Amino acid sequence: MADKPEYWRWTESRWTNPDIDWKGKVITSGIDVGSVSSQAVILADGELYAYSNMRTGSDSPDSAMKAINWAMEKTGLKLEDIVYTVGTGYGRVNVPFSQRAITEIACHARGGNFMYGPTVRTILDMGGQDCKAIHCDERGKVTNFLMNDKCAAGTGRGMEVFADLLGVSINDVGDLSFDIDKEPPPVSSTCVVYAKTEATGLLREGWPKNKVLAAYCSAMAHRIMTLLERIGVEEDFAITGGISKNKGVVKRLEKEVGIKIMETSKYDPQIAGALGAALFAKALFDKGKK
Amino acid sequence: MLANYGYKDGSGDYFITIDTDKCNGCDKCVEVCPSNVMAVGEDENDPLSEQKVAFVTEAERKKIKYTCAPCKPSKDAIPPCINACKPNAITHSW
Repeated sequence: MADKPEYWRWTESRWTNPDIDWKGKVITSGIDVGSVSSQAVILADGELYAYSNMRTGSDSPDSAMKAINWAMEKTGLKLEDIVYTVGTGYGRVNVPFSQRAITEIACHARGGNFMYGPTVRTILDMGGQDCKAIHCDERGKVTNFLMNDKCAAGTGRGMEVFADLLGVSINDVGDLSFDIDKEPPPVSSTCVVYAKTEATGLLREGWPKNKVLAAYCSAMAHRIMTLLERIGVEEDFAITGGISKNKGVVKRLEKEVGIKIMETSKYDPQIAGALGAALFAKALFDKGKK
Repeated sequence: MLANYGYKDGSGDYFITIDTDKCNGCDKCVEVCPSNVMAVGEDENDPLSEQKVAFVTEAERKKIKYTCAPCKPSKDAIPPCINACKPNAITHSW
């Protein structure tokens, strides 16, 4: 049997800041071991120096090591050069070289504040297997939060299932979902498994792929909207996590909320949690020195 | 901070909200809870703060609809945790 293409596979990324020489600076790092993706962020004197974003394997400590090694690649940095590491995310207690674990809620608020600036009041993190709505103040301190991690509806994993079902690369889902004549009604099932069943039925009825994608993106936007209603949306509003790269969901959500969603920053929006963790690492290191 | 612990599923919204600005970490809710839903400890969502606050235990967060049911025989019933909380820091969404 021929290998099946991996439509769900999203693009991994890494980046080094060319303007910074880390030597002689305080190096801290944050590792976000999520259910689907893992990120490592390295700061030099509190400034973003390097990051990596890759898929989480079945072994959390190993995923954390791989992420930090990839972030340090070709920088000359070694693990010993990092003075403080904070772990976050689903596998936060399994980061072998970390000094502390902090919840992803706190880290996303802090990271979102750094990425999008102090005007951000609502951060929606749409991760691999959960969805978090966070309100924060101008310093990135959490003021209200809500997390849904009991159901895969409205998460990256749900989108992966659909990409796979329809044989569309996950990176193209957003654009293709707008390549339709008329916006279809959303898929009515909330549950990913039932939504998949429903989509199979729609395909059998002769719906083109793009229309099914549109119906699912719109169902996801609606699902997230009902979660957001609980805590409300205050401007400015930013989205982090993998789904923020999916225009099909973001644009439809923007329409439902009626508030403009901030443009994605130049950094990979999936690193917000790890970035927040690295910022906490810096703050905790400074606190320990005093 | 308003910390919402719980979930939303097909049958409704089940959240216990703790206002950490009001909570004084007195432990009363922990004492009266018959099912170990409540706990007091460091605020895990505000790592730079050293104040102790109440939270819903990780083990119970995804099943409070069922765990809390005996204390909430009707919508108007006031569960012991809310009753015991002097600063009125706890609210239930259902």
